[in-house]
Order: sequence, then structure tokens, then C-alpha cells
Amino acid sequence: MSVTPPSVVSARKLGLTFQTGDGPVHALSNVDLEVRKGDFVSFIGPSGCGKTTFLRVIADLEKNTDGEITVNGMTPEEARKSRSYGYVFQAPALYPWRTIEKNVALPLEIMGHSAAERAKRIERTLDLVNLSGFGKKYPWQLSGGMQQRASIARALAFDADLLLMDEPFGALDEIVRDHLNAQLLKLWARTEKTICFVTHSIPEAVYLSTRIVVMSPRPGRVTDVIESTLPKERPLEIRETPEFLEIAHRVREGLRAGHSYEE
Amino acid sequence: MRRLKRNWQPLLASTLTAISAAWLPLTLPGAPVPIQGMTIALLLLAAALNVILTLEDRGHAVRAGVLFIGAHISAGMLLSGLDGNEGQMSASFFLMIAASWLLAWGTVSELAQIEPRSSAARSFLRLLIPAIFGVWILIIWEAITRGAGIPFILLPPPSAIGARIAGSVATLWADVQQTIFKAVLFGYVVGCASGFAVAILADRFAFLRRGLIPIGNMVSALPIIGVAPIMVMWFGFDWQSKAAVVIIMTFFPMLVNTVAGLATAGSMERDLMRSYASDYWQTLIKLRLPAAMPFIFNALKINSTLALIGAIVAEFFGTPIVGMGFRISTEIGRMNVDMVWAEIAVAALIGSVFYGVVALVERATTFWHPSNRGG
Ligand SMILES: Nc1ncnc2c1ncn2[C@@H]1O[C@H](COP(=O)(O)OP(=O)(O)OP(=O)(O)O)[C@@H](O)[C@H]1O
Ligand SMILES: [Mg+2]
Repeated sequence: MSVTPPSVVSARKLGLTFQTGDGPVHALSNVDLEVRKGDFVSFIGPSGCGKTTFLRVIADLEKNTDGEITVNGMTPEEARKSRSYGYVFQAPALYPWRTIEKNVALPLEIMGHSAAERAKRIERTLDLVNLSGFGKKYPWQLSGGMQQRASIARALAFDADLLLMDEPFGALDEIVRDHLNAQLLKLWARTEKTICFVTHSIPEAVYLSTRIVVMSPRPGRVTDVIESTLPKERPLEIRETPEFLEIAHRVREGLRAGHSYEE
Repeated sequence: MRRLKRNWQPLLASTLTAISAAWLPLTLPGAPVPIQGMTIALLLLAAALNVILTLEDRGHAVRAGVLFIGAHISAGMLLSGLDGNEGQMSASFFLMIAASWLLAWGTVSELAQIEPRSSAARSFLRLLIPAIFGVWILIIWEAITRGAGIPFILLPPPSAIGARIAGSVATLWADVQQTIFKAVLFGYVVGCASGFAVAILADRFAFLRRGLIPIGNMVSALPIIGVAPIMVMWFGFDWQSKAAVVIIMTFFPMLVNTVAGLATAGSMERDLMRSYASDYWQTLIKLRLPAAMPFIFNALKINSTLALIGAIVAEFFGTPIVGMGFRISTEIGRMNVDMVWAEIAVAALIGSVFYGVVALVERATTFWHPSNRGG
């Protein structure tokens, strides 16, 4: 118990200011955060508070202008070059000229896996997201939810230890969402990946996370970090327990406090 | 009312036939070969039969068949009556042509309502309807040029052009080989390929892009065909100078389109590649080129037309004694307009086939694009 797992993402006084036509936008300021191996961290907060921006800084798709950040002990750029994370975007971003299995194969092709290895991983990851049998379809022949699952399969295919997910289930209906949440938890428990997960839904955040990071806008910053006391084993029914509702309540309070800042 | 609406073409056709029957004969007074009463009677009969049959509530296919036969038998008889009577036909004749044409119109509108089950029948219909259209353009062209005696120099009838094509297959073939198989194909392939290659270079090196693209846009808007005489001076009279014109004409559209196409991949799709630490060439081949395909095919289609125009017109400025452009410019000087039209017909045919092949390859390659899905 006393051994703390190694740090995966470590941000110190992180800040990012976009220079735009009408003045600077402080997307992130003074963010201190420590994500450890095996954590499931959710980011929640009103629109425009910098959740996507923070994920993009971790992924080296955006450069911080202040402070420091390390990913797996490296700079984000080095981490990206050593392919240490899989990123699930807000939209599926599948390539329409590739079938589902070819889309999943894309990172594997780029990273130089053999054809046999690719076939094996495609089968495994499509199975993981319940899409076996749809590999030969084109993305536009699938529903939005199936496309999003395919994009998750693509991020899982190359077995990075860190998963960055930006509102992956934002566009799905409640039932599908519940199902995918449960599956994601199982996957996380089985693979011991570290997951950074952006969401707008309080129940989703509480259900999934070991830690919930509450953010607020203008400038985007972290206002509260809530440690979950829920056990690792979480059936869907756990969402009706008093313990769950108590955590949800604290998240809601945290969000309210952030909002009142605007007035 | 519904009946009238459904049958207005045959009804109007029979009215026109009746008027022209009252206005007989079909020829002007003094025509060398007056048409016998027999022909007219048959025509009347055909039109009348059509009306009777089509008034009945039969299926579209039956009605279309009856109208088709009526239209084309009467048109055939009318056209055969033209022999020896060039320029001697009366208003009555043209009314009859109009009546037959109305029956053909009726045929097409019936055909358009057929909903075939098998896909073979569907593609047959898709070909049949434009074919009837095309044939009627030729029939009316023939009837007017010969019936009204339009001077041969102004517009020869299609039958004369057809006869000319049949009689000069060897010459036409030699011209096609010279112009199409040498100048057009060589120029098209080299022009498109080099435009594409330079586009990739311009994409890689920003200074090239900044310098070349504005020039490319400007040159695309110029009538480049003007350089043809210069190319003849540089590369001689043979096909090489025409190929050079084609290369210049096709190069810039390909360059400009490819560069535009390479910019179309979305930012999220690019970020995805970046997150895989994909290098420039991997991103190019796996993302940006596939995304650019609709643009590239657009250039290939534009260029298929430009190449043909370029090669033919460039031959006006000096060639050896063979080639489609050469033939057009010399035969028009000798007043052999039928040969000019024969070359135009061949060029139109080759141009359509060329364009059609590129369009087919495009459909197979960019099947994923929203404009092609489901088709
Ligand atoms: N490329 C950019 N240029 C300028 N400003 C930007 C850019 N990207 C984001 N911003 C600004 O940074 C702020 C944070 O944006 P971000 O996308 O991180 O919000 P978010 O929390 O993900 O919101 P949402 O929940 O709506 O997705 C916003 O005010 C946004 O306008
Ligand atoms: Mg966002």
C-alpha cells in the first residue's frame, strides 16, 4: 500500500494562452495535477474551461506557454514520438476510404506491425468494443455509436499505457452509454491502463473515475480534485448507493462554485 | 382530363397529321419525285392506330412499344421520301416530321415511367432513353437540312457525314493515331504526372507553393493555346510540338487542384496522424492523398477535355500531312465540310469515351465520398 505508483502525467503551474485576433485567451492557467499509473481521472467542467486543451497539451498537439509538464517522465513531444498514448477525439474521425478494420489497422501500419500481428490485434480490439463482424463495413455504413466504438478500438489497437479520451460517449444515448461505460471500466481493470477522460456528465464521471478533476473557465483552471471512495469493482447499480450520490453531490457543488465565479 | 394528359403527344400528333393531310402534297409543286398517295395513307394509318391503341389503358411498356414503332416507321418513310426531293418539301412534310417527333416524345415519357426490376433492364433503359434522344436530333437535322435544302457548306445532313466516315475510315484512323495516340495521350500522361509531382514538391517546400500557386492560378485562366505556334517552332511540325501544348495545358490544372486537394484533410484527421508520430510521407500516403482524390480526379476530367482541344487546335499551326486538326483545317479550305464534320464526330466520340473512362475510374476510387455513396 505504501508504494506510490509512478507518475504518468505531472503538471506544475501549467498555463496556455492562445493569441487570437481579439486578444489573448487564457485557456489554462496554474494547473497543478499529478496522474499516477493506473488512475482513471475524469475532467469535468463547463464548456470552454480548457478540458480539451489540457488533453491536447498532454498529447503534444498543443504547446503550453507557462509552467511544466511531463508525460511518462518525458516532455510531451518525446512521449508522443515514443507513442505512449492513444487519443480518442470528440468525433470518431474515421477515414471514410478505409473499412472499419483498416481504420483500426491504421496506427499499426504506421508503427510497422506485421500483417499477421495486425490481423490478430484487429480481431481482439474489435471484439473488445463489440464490433466483431463489422470489420468489413465502411464507417458511413455504421451508426454514430458504432463509429465511436470503432475509434476507441483504433486507440486501443497499439496498446499504449495511457488513454486520452475527449467526450468519447458525448453523442450516444443513455443505454449505449451505460453499456460502454461498464465495458470501459472492465477494460481498465483488466489492462491497468491510465485513463484521462473528459465528460460533461456527473454520473459518468463518478461511476468511472478514481479521481474527478473539476475545472472552471476564464481562465481555465482546476478548482477541485475529488478522490473517489468507491470500490474498484463497480456494477451499474452502484449509481443508486448513498456513497455514489454523496460523491456526485460534491462534484455538483464544485461545479456550482466554478460557475458562480462568472457572475 | 387524365386521359388527355396521358395521351397528349399522340393526340397532338394525329391532329398535326390531319392538318398536313389537308395540306397535301408533301412536296412543293415541281418536285422531281412526287410522293405517292400510298405513303401518306400509311402514315395516316400509323398515327391513327397509335391513338386508338394508346388510348386504352395498357402498361407503360406496351404503350411505349407502340409509340416507338409508330414514330420510327413514319419517320423512316418520311426520310426515304426525301431522295431526289432535296429542298422541295412542303410545310405538310414538316408537320408530319413534327407529328412523328411527338410520338417519339410520347415513347420517351412512357419509358421514363417504367420501373424495371432487374438491374440489366434498368441499365438498358438508362441507355435507351438518351439513344432515342440522340437519334431524333439526327432525324430532325436530316429532315431540315435536306427537306429545306440548306446549303451543304453550311450544314451537311448526317447521312452525308455518316457516308463520309464510312468511306474514309483509313484516313480517319491515321488521323486518330497521329493526334490521339501520340499527341493527346503522351501529353496528357506527362502533363498530369508532372503537375502532380510538382504539387507534391510544392506541398513539401513552402517557398515553391507560395511562388507557383498564384502563377498556376493565373496561367490556368489564360488561353494557353496561343503558345501553339511557338511550340511548333521549338519542337518541329510533328506530334511532339502538339504534345508540348497538351503538357502545358494540362500541367497547371493538375498542379492547382492537387495542391488544393492536399489541404482538404481535416484538422482532427491530421492530429490523429500526429498522435501516432507518423512521418510526412506516411501522412501523405495514408491521409492526405486519399482525401485529395476527388480534387485530383476533377483535374483529370478537366484535362481530358483540354488535351483533346489543345492537340487538335495546335495542329492548325503546322503539321505533317496527317492529324485531326490538320484534316479539319485543310478540308475546310477545300470546302469538304462533310470531312470536317466527320472529324468532329470522331473527336466527339473519342472525347466522350476518354471522359467516361476517367469518370468510371473516379467512381471506383472515390466511392467513399459523400457525392458517390449509395450510387
Ligand atoms: N486553437 C485555438 N485558438 C484560440 N482559442 C482556442 C483554441 N482552442 C481552444 N481555444 C479557447 O480555449 C478555451 C478552452 O477551450 P477547450 O476546447 O479546451 O474547452 P473545453 O473545456 O474542451 O470545452 P467543451 O466542453 O465545449 O469541449 C476556449 O475559450 C476556446 O475558445
Ligand atoms: Mg472539448
